[in-house]
Amino acid sequence: MRDLDTKAREAKEKKAVLGPDIDLDAYSTDTPPHEAIQDIEQLPEEERKRMLMAGIDSRKGVRSGTYLQKDGASVYSTSFQEGLEIIPIKTALEKLDWVQDYYWKLLSVDTDKYTARARLDLHNGYVIRALPGTKVAFPAQACMYIEKEGFSQNVHNIIIAEEDSELHIITGCATAAHVSSGLHVGISEFYVKKNAKLSFTMIHHWSEDVAVRPRSAGVVEEGGLFLNNYISMKPVKSLQMYPTTYLMGTGAVARFYSLLVGSPAGELDVGGRVYLSAPETRAEVISRAITNGGNIVARGDLIGELPGVRGHLECRGLILKGGSIHAVPELTGKADGVDMSHEAAVGKIAQDEILYLMSRGLTEDEATATIVRGFLSVDIPGLPAPLKEEIDRAVDLSQQDMM
Amino acid sequence: MLLIEDLQVMLGDKEILRHIDLEIKPGETHILFGPNGSGKTSLLMTIMGYPQYRVTAGKISFKGEDITHMTINERARLGIGMSYQRPPSIKGLKTKQMVEICSGNGVDVSALADRLNFSDFLERDINVGFSGGEIKRSELMQLTAQNPDLLLFDEPESGVDLENIVLIGNTIGELLQREHKHIPGKSVKEMKEERTKMGLIITHTGFILDYVTADMGQVLYNGILACKSNPTEIFKQIKEVGYEECVRCAI
Repeated sequence: MRDLDTKAREAKEKKAVLGPDIDLDAYSTDTPPHEAIQDIEQLPEEERKRMLMAGIDSRKGVRSGTYLQKDGASVYSTSFQEGLEIIPIKTALEKLDWVQDYYWKLLSVDTDKYTARARLDLHNGYVIRALPGTKVAFPAQACMYIEKEGFSQNVHNIIIAEEDSELHIITGCATAAHVSSGLHVGISEFYVKKNAKLSFTMIHHWSEDVAVRPRSAGVVEEGGLFLNNYISMKPVKSLQMYPTTYLMGTGAVARFYSLLVGSPAGELDVGGRVYLSAPETRAEVISRAITNGGNIVARGDLIGELPGVRGHLECRGLILKGGSIHAVPELTGKADGVDMSHEAAVGKIAQDEILYLMSRGLTEDEATATIVRGFLSVDIPGLPAPLKEEIDRAVDLSQQDMM
Repeated sequence: MLLIEDLQVMLGDKEILRHIDLEIKPGETHILFGPNGSGKTSLLMTIMGYPQYRVTAGKISFKGEDITHMTINERARLGIGMSYQRPPSIKGLKTKQMVEICSGNGVDVSALADRLNFSDFLERDINVGFSGGEIKRSELMQLTAQNPDLLLFDEPESGVDLENIVLIGNTIGELLQREHKHIPGKSVKEMKEERTKMGLIITHTGFILDYVTADMGQVLYNGILACKSNPTEIFKQIKEVGYEECVRCAI
């Protein structure tokens, strides 16, 4: 423990490899007190609305459990399903010894100044675990909410799908309507055990002046499936993340899907890296990026370490109204017979598609919106219907802003 | 009624249609013949309103309105629809959604797809990986949902296999109110008089004439409408002497 703290202290000024450097001192880490609530329906309607835009649903019977954090304080943490544990990470670290086996095991505290900050100045976060054989009926949800202007929210999450379990999580990050500036530093470690299935859908709904630095990594064991969806369609100042997944067991599968919309002056740098390190592993990293004036870097990196592993990268970008899209697909094969491919395309909407739709009665704007909607509609195999609906809703909302 | 008067059209810096006069009355269907590159598709695209086809002189009116400078979607709203030979594919837009867009206000898409033997394609992205014949059926399904009053067909039978040519021919006949079915209590004359749909069909092979009757045939040669006659007669002549004969009339 001391060791890690020392390492973290040494990395306090260490700039990240990618993304603009953030001045951490510009944000306050003192959390205002927030009282625990008994029921998320107690939250003011205004807040529930903000959270709903990030997929957090306060109705009963649609989620199998909820974790809610405001600024630095965990205010609600409940599971409605047997075999599903949802615990604030600080509580878990105090009371449950086993959590240490998963805490800072996939990520290094000295990766950069953001991991260092999450290590040294942790507010809270969650541990969500599906016990062996548990299959959640509804998705669990977690919300990270920033209510204090200029707040630096430092969280650490651990997600564990034990053997033969099936776990679906939707995690929404949002700011209160009055907040314009803030920083979110989020550490996430994912563990998908033998024959388990984990889907993790993250919807970001930040404000224009928020900086976001998630740092996450996952490991998938034999026969496991890790499905990771990321949606960021609202204006954000700067977001950079490059989650890494290690496929360590035979037949493990990882699929990453990102839908990104860049707004003027926004910087998005999002990728997915997968190590295919066991026989018969498969990986897919797919992104759709649209810019309305922001700069987007869409990265993907597959590392095939054994013969017969298969992977595919796909980066597609659409420039609507200025800005830039930089697609960076990378493939590394380290053995004979790896089967990896990538496809990247950046362009604008084809005029003949717009005219075709106009000849069916749509206005030019409606035609453009229809094409953009199509561009963003990605079929995600294995994603439960309620999560698909949340993604569709996020896309629809963003479209209203775009047009 | 569609009325085209002394129309001249440029595509880029090239004049592609010259002194075109054409009149299609309600209930009439015209067939447009002509060799490759004669400007047939350009004429249809100009009527539909594609902006790259610049009208430099003349006038197009439809239902009494001057539509020469209307946008494509305004013309679509007014009742002009087109079946394309090579429409673009749109990724992520399901065929089903496209048919709904065409209908504007709700249509039984699955019943429509059944009729055109196209049910398996409803969940596929529009035109992505469709064969020639599949594109034709998709286009006809869209036009049926759109239900325009003036229907422009760009080679509706090209690339269609024999099995589907009957289906396509009959569907076009229906769309143009030329089914020639006997309806009890109605004379053929009455049915003819009740026809309102107007059609303009480009054909290379003439196959479509086996299924759709037409009132008039026209030959477009080198940007000029050169001949106006019975479509079956024109087709026969073309088969015998080719388009060479048209040169005489076009000069």
